Amino acid sequence: MRDKTAIVGLGATPYYRRGASSPQTLEELVGKSILAAVRDAGLAVRDIDGFAYFAGGFDTGLLTETLGIPEIRFSATLTGTGGGSAGSIGLAAAAIVSGQAEVVVCVGANQQGAQRFGSITSAYPATPENAFFSASGLVGPGHMFALLARRHMHLYGTTRDDFAEVAMAIRANAVTNPNATLRKPMSREDYFKAPMLADPHCLYDFCLENDGAVAVIVTSLERARDLRQTPVRVLGSNHGGARDWGRSIYWMNMPDETFASSGHAAVAKRLYAAAGVDPKDIDTAQIYDHFTSQVIMQLEDYGFCAKGEGGPFVRSGAIRRNGGSLPVNTDGGQLSCGYVWGMTHVREAVEQLRGSAVNQVPDARLALVTGGPSVIPVSGLILAT
Amino acid sequence: MAIAQRPPPELFKLSTNAWTQPFWDATQHHELLAARCADCGQVRMPPTPFCPCCQSQKIRWQSLSGRGEVYSYTIVERAILPGMEAHLPYVTAIITLDGADGARLISNLVDVDVAAVTVGMPVQVVWDDAPHAGVAIPRFKPVEP
Repeated sequence: MRDKTAIVGLGATPYYRRGASSPQTLEELVGKSILAAVRDAGLAVRDIDGFAYFAGGFDTGLLTETLGIPEIRFSATLTGTGGGSAGSIGLAAAAIVSGQAEVVVCVGANQQGAQRFGSITSAYPATPENAFFSASGLVGPGHMFALLARRHMHLYGTTRDDFAEVAMAIRANAVTNPNATLRKPMSREDYFKAPMLADPHCLYDFCLENDGAVAVIVTSLERARDLRQTPVRVLGSNHGGARDWGRSIYWMNMPDETFASSGHAAVAKRLYAAAGVDPKDIDTAQIYDHFTSQVIMQLEDYGFCAKGEGGPFVRSGAIRRNGGSLPVNTDGGQLSCGYVWGMTHVREAVEQLRGSAVNQVPDARLALVTGGPSVIPVSGLILAT
Repeated sequence: MAIAQRPPPELFKLSTNAWTQPFWDATQHHELLAARCADCGQVRMPPTPFCPCCQSQKIRWQSLSGRGEVYSYTIVERAILPGMEAHLPYVTAIITLDGADGARLISNLVDVDVAAVTVGMPVQVVWDDAPHAGVAIPRFKPVEP
């Protein structure tokens, strides 16, 4: 699959504050992002013949009906939740390389007016598995991941100052991005003054809760060369995960060597092999930042530093856009720019490789994108100019 | 000093299947069970239809002492749902259960100063009857080592 497909179109709605996208419907936001992506690519709606989703996906029948797409040849969804964002590009590439479709839309969107994601686990249905955590007060993902963060601190000496550095480095990128939700600079003092939600996670360790949609168009590299934009080549996109990770935050019985991680190690290894590159080749990384602590654990799982060294790695300034060896979440990430199920990270990687990013990394040629650490599957994506 | 409370009781929603029912039945008389594979001895938590090591479906239910230690924890200090305020702070903890080969339970620490909680703290089960669900919820409090 290496180097046979490319991202050729990019479209997004504004990143709205939670609930502020009303009265637009979720399908309307999705449709707007798709139409923008098609225009950006220099294609027409009638060219779309496939959808590759994640996190439950959307109603292909309704999208086809309302957008006027003549025929769908491929419609599939990666299982799991936000873990599939980066992997949905691979699903699209698989459809194209296998000849099932030619122009495939990958789209992520959320609207949190009725149910905020911060407390989403408290709204899960009663199941035999959920009965083993529902009494304990793990009301949201940030509360669950706090347990992994605490274990990481215990095992490796990671500190809240390390989490603060992730929050501040990513905020610094949002400050210079007009699209970002939070543009006020954050100091160490600001971080430590923030309310503690689920110790050790304070407010600034949590991502934003936005409404919005981001869509990209994937097609064959051959066809991409004739389109309007410089193709952003898909070198690799893998998903899955090891049994030791499993249901992860809903299970909490991961072996000790896996517990305080992002669950990405197995996927990272396959992704680098599939793309034919090493961590040192990556110019910028868009790391799924639902929580600061999970950025640190993903940096370890993707081999930018050794296991347990994520704290010292970020403390050295490595992920800073100015002066760091690996600029991370250059748009301000989901912590400070906008949260759209990780598709914001795909968007920013494409912008960086086109050379059109607001906070452009000089000579960015290779970008890593990760999907959200959660239940299997998790996923990763490597893109190139 | 802030004593750890119990999370809002309405958060607990019981649903069972044939594989988890014995665990919850035992809680009615305050007994903590582990599902141990009757063929290879592997413990799985929560109980599921197959042993991940040998794929056997045979379970030998093992009665546990209710002792264990804190594997990790989070102190919840702020309400993000209506009605949470009256129950703060509470401590959600993962407990490594004694006698269960490292199997862990997601639970709470109660009757403890939240500032005194540490990873590795020895604990003992306490039972909170949940009449609306017809079972009891295992929670934990610190004990002397």
